[in-house]
Amino acid sequence: MSITPPLEPNEGITDPKAQVENTENAIELKEVEGLSQGRIVLRRFVRHRGAMISAVVLAAVVLLVTTSIGWGPIPGWWQYGYRETSDIVNAGGAPTMGFEDGGFTIGPHPFGQDNIGHDGFALVMRGTQQSLTVMFVIGLLSTTIGVVVGALAGFFRGRLDDLLMRFTDMIITIPVIMIGAILGVLVGGANPWSLAIALSLVSWTNMARLVRGQFLTLREREFVDAARVAGASNARIMFKHILPNAVGVIIVNATLLMASAILLETALSYLGFGISSPEVSLGQLINEYQTAFATRPWLFWWPGLFIVTIALCVNFIGDGLRDAFDPRQRRIPTKRALAKADARKARAQARAAARA
Amino acid sequence: MATSVTTRASGARSAPDAPVSARRSRLRGAAPTLTFLGRRLLSSAIVLLGATFIVYMLLSYALDPLEDLRTSTAPNKEALIEARVRALDLNTPPVIRYFKWLGGVFTGDLGTSWVSGQPVTSLLSSAIPSTVQLVAASTLIAIGLGVLVGIVSALRQYTRFDYSVTFLSFVLYSLPSFWVAVLLKLWGAIGFNDFLADPTIPPVWMAVLALASGVVWSSIIGGSRRARWISFAAATLSTVAVLVFVTGTGWLLDPSLGIVGVVAIGVGIAFGVVALTAGLGNRRALYASLTTVAIGAALYYPLQYVFVNATTPLILGLGVVTIAVGVAVGWAFGGYDRGISMRAAAVTALGVGLLIYVDRVMRVWESYSNASQINGRPIATIGSQTPGLTGSYWVETLDRFTHLVLPTIALILISFASYTRYSRASLLEVMNQDYIRTARAKGLSERVVTTRHAFRNALIPLATIVPLDIAALFGGAIITERIFAWSGMGALFIKSLQGRDADPVMGYFLVTGTLLVLANIVVDFVYAALDPRIRVNS
Repeated sequence: MSITPPLEPNEGITDPKAQVENTENAIELKEVEGLSQGRIVLRRFVRHRGAMISAVVLAAVVLLVTTSIGWGPIPGWWQYGYRETSDIVNAGGAPTMGFEDGGFTIGPHPFGQDNIGHDGFALVMRGTQQSLTVMFVIGLLSTTIGVVVGALAGFFRGRLDDLLMRFTDMIITIPVIMIGAILGVLVGGANPWSLAIALSLVSWTNMARLVRGQFLTLREREFVDAARVAGASNARIMFKHILPNAVGVIIVNATLLMASAILLETALSYLGFGISSPEVSLGQLINEYQTAFATRPWLFWWPGLFIVTIALCVNFIGDGLRDAFDPRQRRIPTKRALAKADARKARAQARAAARA
Repeated sequence: MATSVTTRASGARSAPDAPVSARRSRLRGAAPTLTFLGRRLLSSAIVLLGATFIVYMLLSYALDPLEDLRTSTAPNKEALIEARVRALDLNTPPVIRYFKWLGGVFTGDLGTSWVSGQPVTSLLSSAIPSTVQLVAASTLIAIGLGVLVGIVSALRQYTRFDYSVTFLSFVLYSLPSFWVAVLLKLWGAIGFNDFLADPTIPPVWMAVLALASGVVWSSIIGGSRRARWISFAAATLSTVAVLVFVTGTGWLLDPSLGIVGVVAIGVGIAFGVVALTAGLGNRRALYASLTTVAIGAALYYPLQYVFVNATTPLILGLGVVTIAVGVAVGWAFGGYDRGISMRAAAVTALGVGLLIYVDRVMRVWESYSNASQINGRPIATIGSQTPGLTGSYWVETLDRFTHLVLPTIALILISFASYTRYSRASLLEVMNQDYIRTARAKGLSERVVTTRHAFRNALIPLATIVPLDIAALFGGAIITERIFAWSGMGALFIKSLQGRDADPVMGYFLVTGTLLVLANIVVDFVYAALDPRIRVNS
């Protein structure tokens, strides 16, 4: 079979809508000509503006929380620890950040202080560290569990599939926040790692089902037969041949899973079943300071803003990844972008004509 | 749920021989369906048993009922521990206790809360109605509003409105519910109550609100540049007019619609309903709907006398009568397609009836907010009713509304986004189908294509998530109930878990789990009923 060159846009098409569609396809095909799948995905992702902005913001947040008060071996540059108390600077511990004397000042306590002099910034940084830890651990671990369960069920089908899927159904029947709360009580509140591991054990179900669906369809494809004829083992077919084809679905859903993971963790900590005092997490901070809202609203504002920012960024990155992996759901470029592409093409043609 | 997936997959696979098998299934009647139902019930029961076992085991390891006694300094500590161990049967291994509990479940005994001594069944029977009251309205509104916004957003794909809705739904997805609820409590309740003390809107805010409404409406209505400017101007000016009226006449302190308001809005509803369901060209439907509005207006004053001694059954009865009147009026107008007129008239009648009802509730607003228990701060933040407040049916209804409004908004904000995303994606997919092109090609108007051909089919995927959400509704909103101090199912769960009280938690899970499993079966059947390409095959 010879490779047909990408169609010229709008050759012999009169319907304007079909014309637009065709132009897009042609632009798309020309742009991705000769690139590997990975490069194509990266290129599409970079073009998704919301996702790129979110990726930058999320990276900035991670950088800020790791370097500011230090994390493990990383030294911090912030002058207060999250357990330290210091003299209350402003009346009531109000934030020192703001516009004063005509300029923007940060001051010693930009996010304010609580009633006994804890630094709000250090608390929020520490809380974000813990919440991010939980988020990433849940993301990694439950994706792994879900992929393994779904792959086994979808590849071997039959009795193993029935067994695994009935088990998945059992876990799904239990409301996540309920089983999360019970597990939170079980593992105790001080350690984000044990909480994250416990929550991963119940949040893999969706991933397992999606991966199973992918495996069910992919295992019928010719390349699997080819691999089997070539003598590949089951494990090799599953992980070397089928899994890479399902990676788009897996990555996208892992991202969305992380977004719901941070909301789950903060909700549990808020209810008092997740991370609890003396350890700090974003939900725990809101729980601890919600009664002080009327007098010290800043203690309530900043943790909430960090939760929203992180969840929003992760959700947008997931959306961008979905668009990148699955161009069928891609947003159609605006009319202006299309016009620009057309103009570029016209210019190129004019130049070519001038040269000829 | 996995079975439902396989059902769908196998249904799709056997699609080519659908006519044959459809004939066969018609011949054999309901037998395959019953077999399928039986198998589904059996496998669901197994799943539920497994799930209750998991939860029971986790609970028995997570909760330590002796915790308070271990650190107790009472002189008879040993005896107390002994007594509690005997009462709770703690020397029996949890596995055996699970089967004892299960045996109790089959005889209708869900155990007892050892903390309060109440049987779990009575705890549940007081918690469920309270939760349903809280969550039902918000679920329905969220579904309705979410679908509406999603549909509009899909019809206006790639416009500014569409992008804003998409962005907004992402933001709503990412909001932690506890944060939203606390903010609502502080702004919605305290802020609005403060505002009511001196209800004037500064001109700047008025301008901002008016321009915002202009932008939203013009982008929803769309059309040519000129049409958009006209709708922008109309929306802006009418918003200004409404705001000036509301603040100028002190309407917020003593709101009512009056017969003029009821008729004006009623006529609007009539035109809107007819335009959407029948098209304004269908004169019979239009006249039938307008007739119901006239009947409503004529009954406005007589109804006020009926309302004096109102009770809930009376109001529900009147609601049924209202719909019946609408149907009858539609039928009387007749024509070759009576169904359409009847439907439009019934919907309009229901709308007018609701308006009269709301008007009556509004009339007690002033006396309600001036009552000593309320003291001019009508929007409540905790509980489901004001303690010590007694009054007529209308005052109590209003009291319930003011307690429901904030939790309802919180719940809507949380769940609204997913419905929007769902219905938008599903309508977009349907609009690209061949049968839509066919419908357009045979000359149907865009309204008919959208409402009759596209909208109905776009609802099919939604039908698969709505039963699940309604089942989840009985589980309550754990976080919202806690913040607004609502004593429903969620509060029962939290309280029992904190009190190390396993039996009520198991009761809670039994209710939610059973409903969820049943909803899954319903989803399978609804899907098969709505989409003939999918058959339930046993």
